[in-house]
This record gives sequence, C-alpha cells and structure tokens, in this order.
Amino acid sequence: MKMMLPCKEVTHLVSQGLDRRLGFGERVALRVHFAICGGCRNFDRQMKLLREAVRQLGEADGPRGAGSQST
Amino acid sequence: MPPSSDFQAKLEGQRAYLLRYATLQLRDTDRAEDCVQETLLAALAGEAGFGGRSNLRTWLTGILKHKIVDAIRRSSREPAMTLEPEGDESEFDALFDPRGHWAEAPSAWERPDGALERSQFLAALEACLEQLPARTARAFMMREHMGLETEEICKELGITATNCWVMLYRARMALRLCLEQTWK
Repeated sequence: MKMMLPCKEVTHLVSQGLDRRLGFGERVALRVHFAICGGCRNFDRQMKLLREAVRQLGEADGPRGAGSQST
Repeated sequence: MPPSSDFQAKLEGQRAYLLRYATLQLRDTDRAEDCVQETLLAALAGEAGFGGRSNLRTWLTGILKHKIVDAIRRSSREPAMTLEPEGDESEFDALFDPRGHWAEAPSAWERPDGALERSQFLAALEACLEQLPARTARAFMMREHMGLETEEICKELGITATNCWVMLYRARMALRLCLEQTWK
C-alpha cells in the first residue's frame, strides 16, 4: 500500500468520508497523512465546521433561534 | 374552530424568513413562494398541532423542509436537465502543486463560538452558497442541510453515486475557498 497520499487525494477522501463509510485502508491512510500534514488537518476541521454550520442554517437568523423557547 | 387572527399574524411575521430559507435551497423565487404559501396554509390548518409546544419558527421550518423536498422531487422528474456535474474536478487543480501537495495550505479557521461570530459565520456561508452553481448547491443542501443520504440524492437528481460525490466535493471545495476569503 502506498503510505503517503498526496494532499489532493486526501481532500477527496475527506469529502467522501462525509458521504460514505470509508474502508479500513482509507481511514489508516488518512490518519498517517494527518499525522504529518497540518494543511490537511486544517482542511478536515474546516469540512467538519462547514457541516455543522450548514445544519444550523435553518434554525434562526441569530444565535438565539431554534429551541430557545421550547421546554 | 377557525384559526385565530393572532396566530395568523404570527405566521405572517415568519413569511420573510421562510422565503429566504426556501429561496436559498430552490434557487427559484416563484417555487420558493409556492412552498412558503403551502407551508403557511398547512400551518393555519394545523394550528392545534402546534399548540405552542415548540418554537414557531422551528415548527414552520420543519413543515417547509417537507414542502421543499416535494418541490425538488417534482422538478427532478422534469426532463431537460444535464446529468453531468457542473464543471469538472480540474477546476481545483490550481490549489495543488504537480505532486498533489497544497500550493497554499488551508488555514486554521477560528471556531465561531461566540454568538456574534456564529451569526457572522452563517451570513458568510449563506453568501458563499449563493455563488454555487444551482444544481451543485441543491445537491449540497439536500445532503448537508436536509440530511438525505447520497443514494436518495442520486435518485432524485438522476445521477450516479460517483457523480454525486464529485458534485458534493466541488461544493465543499468552492465553499471552503469562498470562506477562506471571508472568514479567517
């Protein structure tokens, strides 16, 4: 197995990891890559933040939106 | 029992918000207005179902989501849609050097934890979403906002799983680039 993926491949895997379950080898390859690549670690965090934020879009315009009045 | 005029006024108060929400996902003002209208009518008819249990906006948004999914399903059955992803992956090649490493590594975004930061981040995100090509944006919102599985999106848009992943990849890459410029 190729141990070191190029960053470009990593971005594809990170994105697909949000849409399908990655295989064992793919997950290991990502781990190995993240251990030495700060840029890709940042990319991974950005993708997670993006997902979190898009889920919140419908909740409210401001910070006090959905659920604030519910019990 | 006829709906109370008080309730009706409260519903009207949410119209502008709902319209913005629907337009963001449908990219079509007419269809967005139809969805909002249907939502408000359904809400009026179902006032008892609301019963003040939860936040009115949250309740309405829940109804609206279903109306939007229905509208997407209707339109995806109409022909005359291209089945290819918009653009292609090479669009992002410039971000990497010939060996596939970052030409400019992604920065560490500050987490928008405070209330103000959060609403600023969401506003930046909304502006970036509006710049995506329509079908790419729709696939992305179906996946990330509506929480549909890739299989459902493929079926609705009539594309293969691989094309679907490519579209979602392109949406994420474009949004990331856009947010790199507006959010640091």
